[in-house]
Amino acid sequence: MNLGPHADFIVAAYAATLFVIAALIAWVLLDYSAQRRILGDLEERGITRRAQRKVND
Amino acid sequence: MAVIDLANPTRFLRLVERVLPWLVAATVILFAIGLYRAINAPDDYQQGATVKIMFLHVPAAWLGMFGWALMSIAALGTLVWRHPLADVAGKAAAPLGAAFTFICLVTGSLWGRPTWGTYWVWDARLTSMLILLLLYFGVLALYWTAEEPGRGARGAAILSLVGAVNLPIIKFSVDWWNTLHQPASVLRIGGSTIDPSLLTPLLIMALAFVCLFITLHLAIMRNEILRRRVRSMRLMQAQEMHA
Repeated sequence: MNLGPHADFIVAAYAATLFVIAALIAWVLLDYSAQRRILGDLEERGITRRAQRKVND
Repeated sequence: MAVIDLANPTRFLRLVERVLPWLVAATVILFAIGLYRAINAPDDYQQGATVKIMFLHVPAAWLGMFGWALMSIAALGTLVWRHPLADVAGKAAAPLGAAFTFICLVTGSLWGRPTWGTYWVWDARLTSMLILLLLYFGVLALYWTAEEPGRGARGAAILSLVGAVNLPIIKFSVDWWNTLHQPASVLRIGGSTIDPSLLTPLLIMALAFVCLFITLHLAIMRNEILRRRVRSMRLMQAQEMHA
């Protein structure tokens, strides 16, 4: 594949897009695991939400 | 499941868990096809291979604007109906819209240098797009710095509605003012002016980007619902300690 005389600009555009999307995905996954871990810790200590208590009662 | 059932965060979470794997698969497949078609698309007769930047720049621009439109609709849900999921949807769209607007500006700049001979000009299209990015930063700052989440949500909703004025300005800036940026060539009355050999990969890439946006939006909404549960449980814990 020949990208011509402006190959650097094309590669930089694709690399920048990949970087931003990869950073977004990493942030979403890390945030999800962090929230799940905190929720698990709180539930282990017997703390429940008001809505959850109504269900349990 | 009725649509109204999705208003319940627990039911919404269950639905997200079910659809997310399918959306991820669709996004990966669409990007594989789109990138293959984009790489093998012919060069433009004027721009040469730099036209390949269009396959990133145009979908990112559309999604940058779509993110704000979504936030504006969600803002109505927050301010008029005070629906908790509306605020969650608005808050989840803000970082996504900002990211796609940023991609649009960076790829546009990298496309502009070989095409126009400059990375940046203060023309109406580029400036209004930069304003959109700054508005996104404003909304994110309101969400992240408000001491009381409800107050931050109301402020962000008002800014979302006010900032929606910028969307028609972005869209029609190339018609209303004399700009270096080219006029609309895909979404225009009279049909697209792009050759099908370039238009088809562009539309496949746009579909892939839309799938990615929906996937990430649902995933961020799920995270936000969990974060609110954590906050509510910590408040319960604090109340019990005081009692």
